[in-house]
Amino acid sequence: MIPAAFEYKRPMSLEEAIRYLAERGSDARVLAGGQSLIPAMRYRLAQPAVLVDINQLPNLRYMQQEGGMLTMGALVRDTDVEFDKNIQSRYHLISDVSRVVADPIVRYRGTVVGSLCHNDPSGDWPAAALAARAQLVIQGSRGSRVESIDDFIVDSFTTSVGEGELVVEVQFPIPSARTSGAYEKIERKVGDFATAAAAIQIELTEAGMIKDVGVAVTAVAQKPLRVAEAENILRGEKPTLDLIRAAAAEAAKIADPNPDARGSAAYKKDMARVLVGRGLIKTLGRLGVVVA
Amino acid sequence: MEITLLINGAEKKLNVEPRTLLVHAIRDAGLTGTHIGCDSSSCGVCTVVLDGKTAVKSCTMFAVQAEGHAITTIEGMANGGKLHPLQQAFYDQHGLQCGYCTPGMIMSAHALLQHNPSPSEDEIRFGLSGNLCRCTGYQNIVKAVQQAAQMLQQPVGTAADD
Ligand SMILES: Cc1cc2nc3c(=O)[nH]c(=O)nc-3n(C[C@H](O)[C@H](O)[C@H](O)COP(=O)(O)OP(=O)(O)OC[C@H]3O[C@@H](n4cnc5c(N)ncnc54)[C@H](O)[C@@H]3O)c2cc1C
Ligand code: FES
Ligand code: FES
Repeated sequence: MIPAAFEYKRPMSLEEAIRYLAERGSDARVLAGGQSLIPAMRYRLAQPAVLVDINQLPNLRYMQQEGGMLTMGALVRDTDVEFDKNIQSRYHLISDVSRVVADPIVRYRGTVVGSLCHNDPSGDWPAAALAARAQLVIQGSRGSRVESIDDFIVDSFTTSVGEGELVVEVQFPIPSARTSGAYEKIERKVGDFATAAAAIQIELTEAGMIKDVGVAVTAVAQKPLRVAEAENILRGEKPTLDLIRAAAAEAAKIADPNPDARGSAAYKKDMARVLVGRGLIKTLGRLGVVVA
Repeated sequence: MEITLLINGAEKKLNVEPRTLLVHAIRDAGLTGTHIGCDSSSCGVCTVVLDGKTAVKSCTMFAVQAEGHAITTIEGMANGGKLHPLQQAFYDQHGLQCGYCTPGMIMSAHALLQHNPSPSEDEIRFGLSGNLCRCTGYQNIVKAVQQAAQMLQQPVGTAADD
């Protein structure tokens, strides 16, 4: 299927991109990797009048560690993350996600920021960003603002990015030596969206107590969900199997999935519980903690 | 609009709409080795390589976006009459039956070998998991990529011809 006709803009600077977005308001859409937008246009689910292609913009394809943050520019592709040795060794949650988003060919083109902006309730990056407590840098003609991922995610396929704005960067706090994470995803086949998935990040104190924790789930609600009750149960405690069971049960409580070809609502609810439990155990294992 | 695409080292002047998908532009330019297998960006048969090492689904990119990039399609793999090691290995190992998926499979494998010149069997299976084959059961495709990786590792001039 061929998309509806549109006007194509290829700005060479951020200012020019923002100008087009501001001028054309809701008629304009940013084109990043195109791996969600182009399929949607081919199905005519999206028919933007103007596409502002940001792929030529200079200096947006970088990953840096500065000021306690790992920053990723808007043109960082999934494969840039997947193939990065520093990510593989230090950023366990992000590394896990980068291997299961879509399929290898889609990952050469799809961007992390594009996936966050798309904010598909079944997308893998939003839950990871919740668990890792990411924040986004949103730029408009009047300057830029930094927003937490919790504020950024408004509803399914809806973010806090306004007309005339675009996201230039996502920032992840640099994990300490006692921090690890994991992403547990059930999919029917490679390249499929999650039936359900869970993103986990844990930081331990020197004494082995849970200092901080992020728990979020994919594909089991109208939007990617932080499981705040699970985090509350875990924070400050010594990790045990009972504690993990109690935390995982919270995921099933707040999950409100739609039944579809991937599974019934009851099944997905239970998988939210199972995957949060598995993710917690895997993360603790990576920190050298075997729970009993 | 008028665009110039660099396909397999040759400049092609094309008249396209912004909405023209790269795969249609490539095929309309007479290079029909790049196939179309689905409407949902999911089968991988349309895979081409951008700038020597990035595999992309040419059905999920607009032709206008490919301006300024070097595109390699299956037709660009052989060197004169001599098959590329990947093509030779697919031939030797029976890595194809109907052949429909083969161009995309080879282009994906080409990108994979740029990033990982000696992949394990698992890495090959993982790296090609965006390409569907309805015939072979994948076994011989994996063997073909293993053979090609070996051929490509051999110093120039010593590659076996058998
Ligand atoms: C076969 C297939 C399987 C897939 N499977 C999965 C999967 O399992 N899990 C998963 O998470 N995803 C999956 N995807 C989606 C894929 O990961 C997309 O690449 C990703 O969701 C969007 O990134 P993109 O850069 O391609 O964004 P685009 O498609 O270019 O854009 C997506 C949306 O975000 C907006 N946008 C993009 N960048 C910005 C920006 N910087 N500022 C403001 N707005 C912006 C666009 O306007 C558009 O509305 C799949 C895609 C395909 C084709
Ligand atoms: S034709 Fe199926 S992925 Fe492009
Ligand atoms: S050989 Fe027929 S689809 Fe792969």
